[in-house]
Amino acid sequence: MKKGAVKALFIRNIWDENQVLRQILGICSLLAVTNQLTNSLVMGIGLIFAVALSSLTISALRNYIPHRVRMIAQTLIIAAWVILFDIILKAVLPDISRALGPYVGLIITNCIIMGRAEAFAQMNPPLESLLDGVFAGLGYTIVLVIIAFVRELLGFGTILGVDVNFIGFETWTIMVMPPAAFFLVGVMIWIVNNVVARKQAGGGKRG
Amino acid sequence: MGSAPAISPFVIFLASIFTSNMVLSNFLGMCSFISVSSEYKTATGLGKAVLLVMVFTTVINWLLYHYVMVPLGLDYLRYLLFIIVIAATVQIIEMFLDRYLTDLHMKLGIFLPLITVNCAILGISLFMIIRSYSFLQTVLFGIGSGLGWWLAIAALAAIREKMAGNELPPGLAGPAITFIITGIMALAFVGFSGIFMVM
Repeated sequence: MKKGAVKALFIRNIWDENQVLRQILGICSLLAVTNQLTNSLVMGIGLIFAVALSSLTISALRNYIPHRVRMIAQTLIIAAWVILFDIILKAVLPDISRALGPYVGLIITNCIIMGRAEAFAQMNPPLESLLDGVFAGLGYTIVLVIIAFVRELLGFGTILGVDVNFIGFETWTIMVMPPAAFFLVGVMIWIVNNVVARKQAGGGKRG
Repeated sequence: MGSAPAISPFVIFLASIFTSNMVLSNFLGMCSFISVSSEYKTATGLGKAVLLVMVFTTVINWLLYHYVMVPLGLDYLRYLLFIIVIAATVQIIEMFLDRYLTDLHMKLGIFLPLITVNCAILGISLFMIIRSYSFLQTVLFGIGSGLGWWLAIAALAAIREKMAGNELPPGLAGPAITFIITGIMALAFVGFSGIFMVM
């Protein structure tokens, strides 16, 4: 694989076709785990793990899976990797595993993984699919971390559980509650849309 | 099997519609919630299909979990087995509707395959295990969550239809404004909290 191809894949997945902000996929877990930065990081790692390895497996088996049953085959492959991640998480970080609750299991139905499987791994060789998965997961994780950073800072006055509320501002309870997650994602999509529109209007180079 | 929490099933039913609404406070089933909510008719169709599948899958998954997986020590396979049950249930419901209730199948048919990957369905099966609900609690939890999901998507679609002609800043139109509307709806549903306590 050429070096330029890797870079193009990277930029496409992180920015041009960011799974969350441009494709509006994988929103459930994004909203649910972002009230604490630690949880979001773990969730991001879990998703990168699952999407990368599922893409790799699906791509490696793409010539052996009959077309008609590919959806269920893909789901089972994804479920197998997610179970593995869940078991590892339970053993290594039991507290975070409990805090994430059902959302680790819900990585299975995260549309990003199915999306990458259908749109990329289905017709590309394993190595490219692996990279595509890693980058797609990274694009998701970046958004997750930005939103979690804002919510944890304003909602609890902490970052990664460390108190940073030096000036002693009143914490915004709303930030910890569900509505704030919706508002932040909405505003973020709005900002990104505007940036993209401006770049295209200016004719400047993208990325 | 842990002992079931001492909450009246009826309270669970009401709470899963209002205070812990699947979409607005647990964020489940967002993908289709955002993408299939531009038209009221389509949205209620999907809502009904979700309700139907949710009730069947929770019941089957509860029985499977407590009578097969726990005795055999297969707890760690629950994601895999639940997703197979969901996929199979959706398929069977679709075949049944196609054969016996053609009218309903015409209305719900296109939504059924979408539902297999709706995380609300898998989500409530996982919630009922984590919260160790009894059978009756599970049934009402399933019905309530389905109704809650339907209510939320119908309300969102109605709002979006009303404001379809409004002028918005270009970047805000589409998904961005949908999230902000959902946020305001979630805020309204927060108002119910404190009436029923679950968890």
